[in-house]
Amino acid sequence: MTSIKLKLKDSEVQKLKEICKSFNNEHGELINVLHGAQEYFGYLPAEVQEVVAEEMNIPVAKVYGVVTFYSFFTMLPRGRFPISICTGTACYVRGADKVLDEFKRILKVPVGETTSDGKFSITCLRCVGACGLAPVVMVGDKTYGRVTTDGVKDILKEYENED
Amino acid sequence: MELVKLKIDNRTVEVEKGTTIYHAAQKLNIEIPTLCYMNLKDLNIEHKPGGCRICVVEVEGRRNLAPSCATECMEGMEVKTHSLRVLNARRTVLELIISDHPFDCLVCAKSGHCDLQDMAVKLGVRDLPFQGEKSTYKPDFSPAIIRDVDKCIMCRRCETMCNDFQTVGVLSGIHRGFEAVVAPAFERDLDHSECTYCGQCVAVCPTAALTEVDHTKNVIAALSDPRKTVVVQTAPAVRAALGEEFGMEPGTLVTGKMVSALRQLGFDFVFDTDFAADLTIMEEGTEMLDRISRHLNGDKDVKLPILTSCCPGWVNFFEYYYPDMLDIPSTARSPQQMFGAIAKTYFAEKQKIDRKDMVVVSIMPCVAKKYECTREEFAEDNNPDVDFSISTRELAKFIKQANIDFDSLPDEDFDKPMGESTGAAVIFGTTGGVIEAATRTAYELHTGKALPKVDFDALRGFEGIRSASVDFNGTEIKIGIAHGLGNARKLLDDVKAGKADFHAIEIMACPGGCIGGGGQPLHHGDSSVLKARAKAIYEEDKGKTLRKSHENPDIIKLYEEYLGKPGSEKAHKLLHTHYFDKKAKQVLLD
Repeated sequence: MTSIKLKLKDSEVQKLKEICKSFNNEHGELINVLHGAQEYFGYLPAEVQEVVAEEMNIPVAKVYGVVTFYSFFTMLPRGRFPISICTGTACYVRGADKVLDEFKRILKVPVGETTSDGKFSITCLRCVGACGLAPVVMVGDKTYGRVTTDGVKDILKEYENED
Repeated sequence: MELVKLKIDNRTVEVEKGTTIYHAAQKLNIEIPTLCYMNLKDLNIEHKPGGCRICVVEVEGRRNLAPSCATECMEGMEVKTHSLRVLNARRTVLELIISDHPFDCLVCAKSGHCDLQDMAVKLGVRDLPFQGEKSTYKPDFSPAIIRDVDKCIMCRRCETMCNDFQTVGVLSGIHRGFEAVVAPAFERDLDHSECTYCGQCVAVCPTAALTEVDHTKNVIAALSDPRKTVVVQTAPAVRAALGEEFGMEPGTLVTGKMVSALRQLGFDFVFDTDFAADLTIMEEGTEMLDRISRHLNGDKDVKLPILTSCCPGWVNFFEYYYPDMLDIPSTARSPQQMFGAIAKTYFAEKQKIDRKDMVVVSIMPCVAKKYECTREEFAEDNNPDVDFSISTRELAKFIKQANIDFDSLPDEDFDKPMGESTGAAVIFGTTGGVIEAATRTAYELHTGKALPKVDFDALRGFEGIRSASVDFNGTEIKIGIAHGLGNARKLLDDVKAGKADFHAIEIMACPGGCIGGGGQPLHHGDSSVLKARAKAIYEEDKGKTLRKSHENPDIIKLYEEYLGKPGSEKAHKLLHTHYFDKKAKQVLLD
């Protein structure tokens, strides 16, 4: 898993320490600590994992093991407008794969990554419970139903002037 | 104690409640096969992740098969370990494991010593029904250990050794499903991790996912180069274990045969690391005595305890984890490096050989020694003091490759002068030995009297952390001993917290000391093997006429002719070293 290099600010390190402390630095709470850290940073870069490991006195390899095991955790920053394409069964049979390909083609990034300007990221998810609208795409909290390949560029257009 | 009675393969057995089916079967001499289970009894390490599923058995009335290593016995249970259903399932499990394994057995470093290969033979795998995607990871070459994780079967034994036993914490299972593998954090190379190269992961790996860097080819090239004078040194623990590779009982001493084999292999001078171990005692013992006497005389600048510095895994460990305590370990180099430094100066000058035409090879029970001899501070104009280090296992392979019938070799003696040694040097190979050797010499130098009894039984044993007091003519000297880096960490944390009050501490990274080193014949966690090797070492010590390092005539001569006295300027240049804060270095690398 690749990662972005960054230097954490003192205030960010302080925040991480507070998160660890709120779980009493207990080893069994590692997953909760990582949830807290990801909520704060948006993702879990190596530097964040190193601070967590140091604070909780857990080998950083073990922390990395947990981060890579659970698909919820990510080491890559998500875009300001995270795009999630449902590839659950209903969406899939209604052409979600083609919709996904169209997003990848236009944005020129693979699944799990973010455009170089940090605006969009693409992830797949499994069923949002709106199968009647299949195929479904979410951008942030907004849901789009019955998306076609032609409709992809219209969705992206909505965010053209936003930042 | 509550007992439960059950039947395994129609035979009744009674075991303590809580016993697993796997152990109950062992009581009946039924060895259920497994690839991941590991039990290092005397080290208090039992590894039963229930991951490989080879050990599955059929339990009457249970719908699915049970992993015997992780299923407790119940009253009235009926277990079958080799029903048709079990045999088929076990073979399928193995076929699935093999389906993501490279088929390069013919040229694999572990061929002939591979648990996976043995299992395929045992379970009668004859074809490869599952063909599919294969893992393709980049092999990781460090100075001492090679990680080829395409061969990893996720038994995770290495992870247990690295984390639970050694508390180094470099290796962890990462990712999930097909991509799951054991690796350092962020999939860094070992060379960019806190790996100490202790090699205990290599010692327990069932396949060739973790192996040592093999320098045998370089040694053969040097031996066949007529311009090179090739000098070999053998560590004390090697002679107590090498025989096992030739089918001898653990604890068989093969010193004479080993010397004879090395001579037949073509080494020009067959010397002994034990010579350098005696030299280590002269330097380290003098330093120890000096620091202790200054401390006893009230010198506040002197820091105690003094820590031994022979073990390269341990040196790496404190450089990574205790950078604030770098002034405590003895500055004495390890015997391997002292040997190299003296061979390429004193001995080379005597022989009128340029150091560039001399190749120094070491035979070590160790993986970390391969790294140690590449450290920059142990070289002169890019010419290393020790050129190549090969392990006990590699030496055995080399001897077999050279068509030498080890059994029938005559006993021969080491060459002079660097082959002369005392009993004090031999015991370096086992936990407690270095500090006992140092005590023998320090006592006599301090008191000016001969030791009433040479053997210090209080310093011997197998407990992970031990302590003892030695009476130096009215002054009590407190000594601590730890083997295994997890135990070392406990002891050092106590020292740091002011809870332990020792004058001197000996630490060895591996279980039992060098006799359980990462480069030794595999002991499969059987500590009786380690104990037999330790016994052999103490026997060799007992059989020696000279048993104190300062009595070694060739060491005395070396000081007279070349070094002056212990701790002299020349001795410091050649025989001492300094340590680095590797934690800081790590940050810079990132």
